[in-house]
Amino acid sequence: MPTLTYAKALNQALIEEMERDDSVFVCGEEVAKWGGSFTVTMGLLDRFGEKRVRDTPISEEGIVGLGIGAAMAGLKPVVEIMTVNFIMLAMDQIVNHMAKLRYMSGGQVTVPLVIRTPGGGGLQMGSQHSQSLESMFVHVPGLVVMAPSNPYDAKGMLKTAIRDNNPVLFIEHESIYNTKSEVPEDEYFVPIGKADVKRQGDDITIIGHLKMVNVALEAAERLESEHGISAEVIDPRTLAPLDTQTLVQSVKKTGKAVIVQECWPHCSVGTDMACTIMSEAFDYLDAPVKVISSANCPFPYSRQLEQMALPNVGTVIDAVKQMLGK
Amino acid sequence: MQTGEMVKEMSVEELTKLYRQMVLIRRFEEKTNEMYHAGHIGGYCHLYIGEEAVAVGALNALQPSDYVIGAYRDHGHAIVKGCEPKHVMAELFGKATGVSKGKGGSMHMFNREKRFLGGDGIVAGELPIAVGLAYSIEYRGGDEVVLCFFGDGAVNEGGFHEALNLASLWNLPVIFLCENNLWGMGTPVSKASCSIELTERASCYCMRLGKVDGMDVLAVLDTTRRAVKYCRNTRKPTFIEAVTQRFVGHSVSDPQIYRSKDEVAKARQRDPIDTLKNQLIGEGVKRPDELEAIDEDAQREVDDAVEFAMQSPFPDADELCSDVMDTEYFSAETK
Repeated sequence: MPTLTYAKALNQALIEEMERDDSVFVCGEEVAKWGGSFTVTMGLLDRFGEKRVRDTPISEEGIVGLGIGAAMAGLKPVVEIMTVNFIMLAMDQIVNHMAKLRYMSGGQVTVPLVIRTPGGGGLQMGSQHSQSLESMFVHVPGLVVMAPSNPYDAKGMLKTAIRDNNPVLFIEHESIYNTKSEVPEDEYFVPIGKADVKRQGDDITIIGHLKMVNVALEAAERLESEHGISAEVIDPRTLAPLDTQTLVQSVKKTGKAVIVQECWPHCSVGTDMACTIMSEAFDYLDAPVKVISSANCPFPYSRQLEQMALPNVGTVIDAVKQMLGK
Repeated sequence: MQTGEMVKEMSVEELTKLYRQMVLIRRFEEKTNEMYHAGHIGGYCHLYIGEEAVAVGALNALQPSDYVIGAYRDHGHAIVKGCEPKHVMAELFGKATGVSKGKGGSMHMFNREKRFLGGDGIVAGELPIAVGLAYSIEYRGGDEVVLCFFGDGAVNEGGFHEALNLASLWNLPVIFLCENNLWGMGTPVSKASCSIELTERASCYCMRLGKVDGMDVLAVLDTTRRAVKYCRNTRKPTFIEAVTQRFVGHSVSDPQIYRSKDEVAKARQRDPIDTLKNQLIGEGVKRPDELEAIDEDAQREVDDAVEFAMQSPFPDADELCSDVMDTEYFSAETK
């Protein structure tokens, strides 16, 4: 089976879907000639031409509105917003339009628009370029929010996002574009709303998404080899709608849960999952659910400070050991 | 073209249609106001009384396959683009038979089949979407155009400028029609825009600009027809400022402390319905009693719409969370 990077897997998903369906087109800042800031749209311009691979001005509100209008009229746009930080300029279009047009029109209008955008920190990008803002979109009814952690999921999920009838916020992570994994050559899809158990374990459940899946997996390996603790690692993959069943089943088995996220601690994806677990598996819990988040401050530039702001393998191991009294 | 000449050139049917549509909107909005104060209609409710000539003139310049999207003062636009008054009234009543099943309300009338894509409650929110609709037309090689309505307040929003730039940059067939009723809620244009000539605000986007008397339905029709023809042939956007007046408050609950009664009284002297009525009688197109019969017929249609809304059921509880998503998510097994 071939090994692909996360960026290349996404690129393949776009190529396959654009070859299959003429109504799929890509637009965004630097997606055509440049090939995308993170190379995800590399080569598409030559293959599909300017009508279907279109550089836009730096106009986030305009670009998202353009995608909404085109989707309402039956096309399948895949709009790239260079990073999730810039999506703040398009929040009106996303929250007040994309997420609501179906409902406000009594189901007449559908908006099959995919917005791809990467977030995440750890690259010394400073306060305005390091954020993980997926919780904001999870809060809003009417949006599917997907967040793949590895190349296999990235490809299968993007293909599903494009085929689905709903508006999708497709959140990627800036520092995992070059990570690699095996990706099948045959067509496959990862379903919406289906979590994946990335590692089986019995003593504790660790839940993370995007880059934190890798952090959780590394922590689990070290917990096993260094402390004899068997940790189960779950990647929800879709943040909205959330696969609560898979999370709850795991916690019922292990009795303990740690959630790790790059989001800030308040009103976040992680705190919401903790609430779900405590509501639905309270009698099975041996300890309060622990949520590890980024520090409650804007992200700093200095490498030393930034590393302190973000969760890492060490913080996950410490939290698990503390919960297990080791 | 002079509107006097238009009266001579247009057919009786065409002229009668314009008159009837304006009267229908007027009667509809008067009744809406009454029903609001009687407690049948809730929320924000913006009436189109005084501005009828803009929607009627502009929409009659289109083909049925052309797209229309607009702002929140949308009852009239919805009716002229093909929503039945009874379904618009039922929407205002929050009934299951409303155009949007009672989920949209006054600001969110939709009729996808007729290509009326809302009713937008966010100032300038509809402009970028209009550009997307136009992109879809060009993408498929169609010959339709998009008519996008917005108010004078929208020209100060970022979305306005992003949309005009994109439409011009990519040669997209949008007619941007600014309904300048001189007031953004209680703020006059002079206190909101660096120029009171709103065509100037669009003048840097390299598109053809026009300004029209929005109190004259024939002038609006003529200007929009020319814009539509240009847009359809060249596939380029245009901008029209239609200067109009609302005879009532910003919304039904606006006491209008910001403007004088004189201003409103003066505006009412240029009532677009009276103007057309006088032209039709003056040119011998219609007799006064024939126009009165049209008035009565429109009133009957509005009364029937209220009756329909009254008799219609409220939405079932299971409608609350339906239409949020397509919950039949794509999966490979179902492809």
